[in-house]
Amino acid sequence: MGSTKFWIVSFIVAVGFLVLTRWLIGNEYYFFAAYQVLQFIVLATAWNILGGYTGYTNFGTGAFFAVGAYTAVVLHKTTSLPLPVMMLAGGVMSGIVGFGMGYLTLRLKGVFFAIATLALAIVAQTLIVNWDFVGGSRGIYVIRPQYAPISGSYIQYLYSLMLALTWISVAIARSIERSTLGLGFNAIRDDEQAAEAAGVPTLRLKLISTTLSGALMGMSGAPLPYYVTYLDPASSFNLSYAVNSVAMPLIGGMTSWVGPVIGAILLGTIQQLATVTISSALNLLIVGVLLIVFVVIAPNGIVGLVQSRRRARRR
Amino acid sequence: MTAQLILEASGVGKRFGGFVALENIDLTVATGERLGLIGPNGSGKSTLVNCLSGTLHHDSGNIVFDGRPIDGVPAYQRTRLGLARSFQLPKPFRSLSLIDNLRIPLLYTVNARHGAHLAGAAIQERCRGLLADVGLADKALHLPRDLTQVEMRKLELARAVASAPRLLFADEAMAGLSPSEVEEILAVLFRLNEQGITIVLIEHIMRAVMSFSTRLVVLVAGQKIADGSPQEAIRNPEVERAYLGE
Repeated sequence: MGSTKFWIVSFIVAVGFLVLTRWLIGNEYYFFAAYQVLQFIVLATAWNILGGYTGYTNFGTGAFFAVGAYTAVVLHKTTSLPLPVMMLAGGVMSGIVGFGMGYLTLRLKGVFFAIATLALAIVAQTLIVNWDFVGGSRGIYVIRPQYAPISGSYIQYLYSLMLALTWISVAIARSIERSTLGLGFNAIRDDEQAAEAAGVPTLRLKLISTTLSGALMGMSGAPLPYYVTYLDPASSFNLSYAVNSVAMPLIGGMTSWVGPVIGAILLGTIQQLATVTISSALNLLIVGVLLIVFVVIAPNGIVGLVQSRRRARRR
Repeated sequence: MTAQLILEASGVGKRFGGFVALENIDLTVATGERLGLIGPNGSGKSTLVNCLSGTLHHDSGNIVFDGRPIDGVPAYQRTRLGLARSFQLPKPFRSLSLIDNLRIPLLYTVNARHGAHLAGAAIQERCRGLLADVGLADKALHLPRDLTQVEMRKLELARAVASAPRLLFADEAMAGLSPSEVEEILAVLFRLNEQGITIVLIEHIMRAVMSFSTRLVVLVAGQKIADGSPQEAIRNPEVERAYLGE
């Protein structure tokens, strides 16, 4: 399937899914839960553009996500822009942070890059904690508008927006995967010197990757203040975002756009179920256990498992 | 020398901390030539190739490629200008099939040059052709890990050639291969040279260097000690001393 066709087909699927869920499901909670899962699909897909395709492990997901969220807070306090515009603004801000991070850490590879991203998250959190305008460490209450701009409740509106963002993120990831850009990313992941010798402008491509990945994470963070209605640094910068966005592509498979989607649906749903039936304290434990299981039995994730089965059968 | 020069390096120097890896190297390569570059381990051959191809940046001196100074030009642009290299230890793109390994230089160099845009089908065909040239046609969809050592070397050469270079540095393309495999690689290199690619062969296997090169340059301890016809160069007393001891 060509990229244009994929954009159209996935759009139809997303709209169909939206109509179906809004029509069939009456309970608000399901939209609340589905929002979380969709948000993780976006985060995992965005992480995978840099981590999976380009081979740079980012532990700073929380920072990009929170930059998006706090951009929305600032805009909420100073303007009355509609939420989709705030999401775009959050994406731009996080994209800038991604570009800056890429530029500053260009010489770092492997574990050193990962540590630098972790440091970035801490720096960003410290800045927010000390910034009174957005609530500092106390956090800030964000009052939702009384009515959603489209029919249905406000949570249904947030859900619809996140579904749209999911569609865009997945379609972007899929397009990159089949493009010259994607091959260049893969070349960097496999061997940076060889990539450069093959004519790949590694510097430029790495910056594209960090910027794009950061921007998508920021966009997914922008609706957060309206989703939780109370935003504080400890929860918006929470390590669980970083852990989840690494674990989901790893479990699903990092070489293809399907991997992060499968991983996010699987882990996101399990965590929602655990939160409701047992306790949310269990979430990270579940992620950890699954991660260990997959690293041992299927290091290339679910997609990798399927691919090697298929290859074995063909021979 | 009357032939046109494709590469002209003068006074190239490179230090790693206090260690002088290259000192004041002058090197010219004529268009269409087959130049052998030899020297004992650690003599600076690979460092020189790294400096000329842009993988490392030289500290002093000038490099002119095809009449154009390329000091400070990043490696990927040098490849686009037509200066390609293979690596001493093959560096295939491990997660990609052989054909995708070759698609990358085609997409990023040949298509990045002016007026040379190839469509998808043409690229596919060119990749198949390149693989056939080195005898890897039936493994096009395999991953590099399925290859033997000699096949890996061939892939490395094919990927360098895919960028349609005018000058190719083959950095120890035959190290560790059996005599018959050396012959295979040599045949590939001769064919490439006939197609008009100037080749600089960095090699330890003297038999291969002697049969391939029309001129020989000898590096010892970061300095050029001989430059001339192969027979002349190896009879040079300084070269004998470097290789055989006093």
